[in-house]
Amino acid sequence: MCLGVPGRVERIDPNALGFSSGIVSFGGIRKEICLAYVPEARVGDYVLVHVGFAISTIDEAEAAAMFEDLVKLGELEGLDAQEPR
Amino acid sequence: MKFVDEYRQEPEVRRLLEALKRVAIRPFTIMEICGGQTHTLLRSGIDRMLPDTVTVVHGPGCPVCVTPLEQIDRAIALARRPGTILASFGDMLRVPGSDTDLLAVKAQGGDVRIVYSPLDAVKLATANPDREVVFFAVGFETTAPANAMAVWQACHGGVRNFSILSSHVLVPPAMEAILGSPENRIQGFLAAGHVCTVMGYEDYEPIAARYRVPIVVTGFEPLDLMQGLFMTVASLEAGRIGVENQYSRSVRREGNLPARRMIDEVFEVCDRPWRGIGVIPKSGYRLRPAYAAHDALSRFDVAGISAVESPLCIAGTIMQGIKKPGECAAFGGRCTPEHPLGAPMVSSEGACAAYHRYGRTA
Amino acid sequence: MRGVPPLRADRVSDKRGPDLLAASCPIPIADIPTIQLAHGGGGRLTKMLIETIFVPQFANAALDELHDGAVLDVLGSRLAFSTDSYVVRPIFFPGGDIGSLSVNGTVNDLAMCGARPLGLSAGFILEEGLPMEDLWRIVGSMKAASAAAGVSIVTGDTKVVDRGKGDGVFINTAGVGLVPAGITISPKRAQPGDVVILSGSMAVHGIAIMSVREGLEFGTELVSDTAPLSGMVDALIAGLGSRVHVLRDPTRGGVASTLNEIAASAGVGIVLDERSLPVREEVLGACEILGLDPLYVANEGIFLALVEREAADEALSILRADPLGRDAVIVGEVVAEHPGTVWLKSRIGGTRIVDLLTGEQLPRIC
Repeated sequence: MCLGVPGRVERIDPNALGFSSGIVSFGGIRKEICLAYVPEARVGDYVLVHVGFAISTIDEAEAAAMFEDLVKLGELEGLDAQEPR
Repeated sequence: MKFVDEYRQEPEVRRLLEALKRVAIRPFTIMEICGGQTHTLLRSGIDRMLPDTVTVVHGPGCPVCVTPLEQIDRAIALARRPGTILASFGDMLRVPGSDTDLLAVKAQGGDVRIVYSPLDAVKLATANPDREVVFFAVGFETTAPANAMAVWQACHGGVRNFSILSSHVLVPPAMEAILGSPENRIQGFLAAGHVCTVMGYEDYEPIAARYRVPIVVTGFEPLDLMQGLFMTVASLEAGRIGVENQYSRSVRREGNLPARRMIDEVFEVCDRPWRGIGVIPKSGYRLRPAYAAHDALSRFDVAGISAVESPLCIAGTIMQGIKKPGECAAFGGRCTPEHPLGAPMVSSEGACAAYHRYGRTA
Repeated sequence: MRGVPPLRADRVSDKRGPDLLAASCPIPIADIPTIQLAHGGGGRLTKMLIETIFVPQFANAALDELHDGAVLDVLGSRLAFSTDSYVVRPIFFPGGDIGSLSVNGTVNDLAMCGARPLGLSAGFILEEGLPMEDLWRIVGSMKAASAAAGVSIVTGDTKVVDRGKGDGVFINTAGVGLVPAGITISPKRAQPGDVVILSGSMAVHGIAIMSVREGLEFGTELVSDTAPLSGMVDALIAGLGSRVHVLRDPTRGGVASTLNEIAASAGVGIVLDERSLPVREEVLGACEILGLDPLYVANEGIFLALVEREAADEALSILRADPLGRDAVIVGEVVAEHPGTVWLKSRIGGTRIVDLLTGEQLPRIC
């Protein structure tokens, strides 16, 4: 399903029922978000937020790897274009 | 915005599109099963950029659209009940029930409130101890952890006047129903990236093997969709079956374990009717007996409500990808966003509404 | 009109005119028996309400322009006349309140006719129980706003309704202004080749309002951009004269709804370039979370100007010289193709139609 928005964890607070919540920033908009499902998240990490809950921590290495793949794809395309047809 | 803007840039999308065009030699039909993906495809114009060999159909990926008619009627009955606040996500407000919708009930004086998060509904209950607060818990697995937490917090926090009308649906059984249908033309799937963020993609591996299709877990930005489609077509051309993960920055094979544990604590799997399709076994969540006190179905006398669909609405065939919205006789005439006959025309993520809004006729 | 339920044949004539509803009942919008919130949203249903209820009964040439204000010929001069009602909730919000909104709103409607405001009226409908302190604050706000706009509130009216019947306070303001000779600003003047300029960044007001409404609070304060636009409009007309074709402030329904109205009015097509659309990062963040499209969110302190292509650079430098117009940018152009509809070239090079919304945009999760 759908609306998941990446945001940067600015603050983490444990709450009364033992689940942490925190402040996540979305391009400057700060909102209180439940962080119960991302116990590994630290301040400065990016999380994916859906209906007020962080449901994953964004893996920056994987994101970078995807762009590297794209660059490689572009290079392959470039090579192909040079082959005589 | 970081992790958003980078996936909306023309040069990268173009590069993938060119790669897709080179690899898409034979015609293939691919289904995406998430309203958010439908919308990105149409909003960014990707659907018009694809080569003719690649046909993308839109599956029942809108939990709003597949919520059974009687569930809407039940929500409406609860909204009309004196002393009750019906809290809901905005998506549900315009979905037509048997004779009206929640927005109209609100206009007539029913206490219907839009919330951003299910926890806001729990807060409403705490702030209004003399009222009953019912939360319309609609969604795929993505929203289940949030709804589960709301029930868990209400239960352990002594918020007795909070209950949910559970209308969760699960994706893998729907995929199997579509692939197993004798009319099936779908050869590859884009799996919904946020559903898989929560649930992982272990459950999709047996499906891919049984029906011999490639399934690519895909994100929601234009670059994600283009890459997901490229990977699916590349696998189809190469005869590869199995599950691949395009959305690896968010999705892990096992999903989100704490979230899955909470879902399992609060919910159990049950059979669920899908609007326009029928009952799909083991395709929904209902509250476990331990949380029955927070189940609106047993708390209020609404279980007996049943409903009959409009005969003109072909939502089922649309959501299974057998027909496109433009092929429906009622599309754009008897059925429009102003007076929808069925859910896919109402929800902003429904295939019919998306097609109507973004000007596609076929 | 695509999507409008057909009017019953026995009660329709092709011309809008007094013969349309010779019988007083039933009303032509047969499918929707009561007023819905969406009728006030600025989108498709508002359009239907205006075109099937108000215009047929009130029909006259000035009204038929369907612009923000009417221009009346008075002894050789042209008087612009406009009215607007304010029902905003909450009454007080970051950056303004119902008072400043009501003054700026009518000042701006007059400005969109090319007129400098001469005087405003203010009618108040007060609910029994409204704190006097709130009223004092609102009126103070109106005083400040009218001073900033260089106009006075010269007449008014007050009514009080029973508790429970009024939502605190409703305000209606009306205004008159003079249109300079030789200047005709009207949506019908849009021509293929014109450029579409937006004077500032989108969706600020709508998101600021939503930020204090129940259940949708943001930690960061977003401040409404409500402001009088008459200063910028004066400068633009002084510099460009009749090369300014259309002025419109995209209030409820957003830029998308306003451009659709202009396209329909003038029978032209409009093409927007998504990459040029100015949206501040925090506004975009809020829209992303709520699932809202900034193109459809209400604005208050910005306006659209459709000007001759050759005058575009001059228009931009005039606007950017004003602090309120520093973000002015060209966002699209007027074309002859697809008349009456607005299309958008997406950031990734695709195309899609920018349709009129059916009802209010609601926050969504899906």
